[in-house]
Amino acid sequence: MKKLSGACLAALSVFAAAMPLAAGAKTLTEIKFGVDATYPPFESLSPSGKFEGFDIDLGRAICADLKVKCVFVSQGFDGIIPALQARKFDAILSSMTVTPQRAQQIDFSSEMYNEPTSLIAKKGSGLKPTAASLKGKTVGVEAGTIQESYAKTYWQPYGVKVVSYPGQDQVYADLLSGRLDASLQDSVEADYGFLKTPKGADYTLAGNVTYDPKDVLGSYIAIGIRKDEPALKAKIDKAIATIIKNGTYKKIEAKYFNFNVYGPSPTK
Amino acid sequence: MIYIIQNYWQAFLYSDGYNMTGLAMTLWLLVISCAIGFCMAVPLAVARNARNPLIWGPVWFYTFIFRGSPLYVQLLVIYTGVYSLDVVQHNALLNAFFRQGIDCTILAFALNTGAYTTEIFAGAIKDTSFGEVDAGRSLGMSRVTLYRRIILPSALRRALPVYSNEVILMLHSTTLAFTATVPDILKVANDANSATYNSFAAFGLAALIYLCVSFTLIYGFRRAERHFLAFLQP
Repeated sequence: MKKLSGACLAALSVFAAAMPLAAGAKTLTEIKFGVDATYPPFESLSPSGKFEGFDIDLGRAICADLKVKCVFVSQGFDGIIPALQARKFDAILSSMTVTPQRAQQIDFSSEMYNEPTSLIAKKGSGLKPTAASLKGKTVGVEAGTIQESYAKTYWQPYGVKVVSYPGQDQVYADLLSGRLDASLQDSVEADYGFLKTPKGADYTLAGNVTYDPKDVLGSYIAIGIRKDEPALKAKIDKAIATIIKNGTYKKIEAKYFNFNVYGPSPTK
Repeated sequence: MIYIIQNYWQAFLYSDGYNMTGLAMTLWLLVISCAIGFCMAVPLAVARNARNPLIWGPVWFYTFIFRGSPLYVQLLVIYTGVYSLDVVQHNALLNAFFRQGIDCTILAFALNTGAYTTEIFAGAIKDTSFGEVDAGRSLGMSRVTLYRRIILPSALRRALPVYSNEVILMLHSTTLAFTATVPDILKVANDANSATYNSFAAFGLAALIYLCVSFTLIYGFRRAERHFLAFLQP
């Protein structure tokens, strides 16, 4: 009995200690980020199983600025928004582009970086990422990406054959085999995933997409946060502004890219 | 759920505005591959029961290969593997054929279901009761007539319950089609899922459509069995 009451007491005291934290909720001690670590150089797992990449470094810089602990949680991209809403973690840090549809479900921080969408084609093909240039050609995209929506919205109605693939690897495979004349994906993925590999030697960046009146490509990449946590959003926004201002961002950027990944001044 | 239905019903059923997608594509794959498979299977099943090993050997080898490896692998070999061969790339006709994902898919599906159907029919031919054959012979029928009038009609009827199973399994196998970029029902469900993240509704709808098709097939085969197998009723 004594033991039991002791346990009860201990449980109660733990509960009591937890109470102010739960009630206050403002005393942030750690941020749990949901990450789909399959997307180098933004986020991936090192051979020893540690999270690494541009996003991860930015996340750590944000945590350091807010003086909180950073925790990264692995989560497949398909289910990353439902998992955020199920409170498996506090924020999504996984190269997520802000789109109107996603913004209906969750809030987004201010801009983290911006990846232009670009077209790859064989060297000397002279193709440009416009409907007029690609007319009658076959363009490959990965299913479920904003690039698929883009090609289907602006190109397919004008006689470009758009073929969706289950994965980006298959797009490259068919680009190599000759089934495709060109492929559309984000520029960093194109550069790291294909052009810089030996297989991509005969191919080149045919240009970035600029025409987007219907805002299919969304605006920029940001951290996703639940809609009921404006306080966390405000803190993360402030931290992003700080690391950009104090030069931490530039330092991290230089580690991964040789160009300005923040892009021109944010449009929104 | 309502959003998905409103935005994707057309793609789920017949078209995304440019290509045939969803149910129409799935049914087309099912019908064309089963039709080709059936036409191949009837002569091959007869050959499978031949006495000469030079005749039944190759058929046995074909069914062994296609029943012994997963359809997914066969599809990958035909779609990705075959097209990467120089012979195919440099032959205009082969190039035109294998360039299209849908051709590769239909070829793989037809060869696969053809192999299973051959074995089903061959088994039914082997099981033909001796009395039927004897009766035919006693009337002086030649081998060809015997097959045409007695053995094949009887064997195909008796194979019907097993064959209906094969058709339904083939329907389920069509979900692999997107591997070769063919936009079937599952591809539309994937699109709906990645656009809304409402996975339960997206895949639930796909499951519902497959169930409807399955039930229609089962009902149709049940009717056919009642009609064609009336002579086996007690």
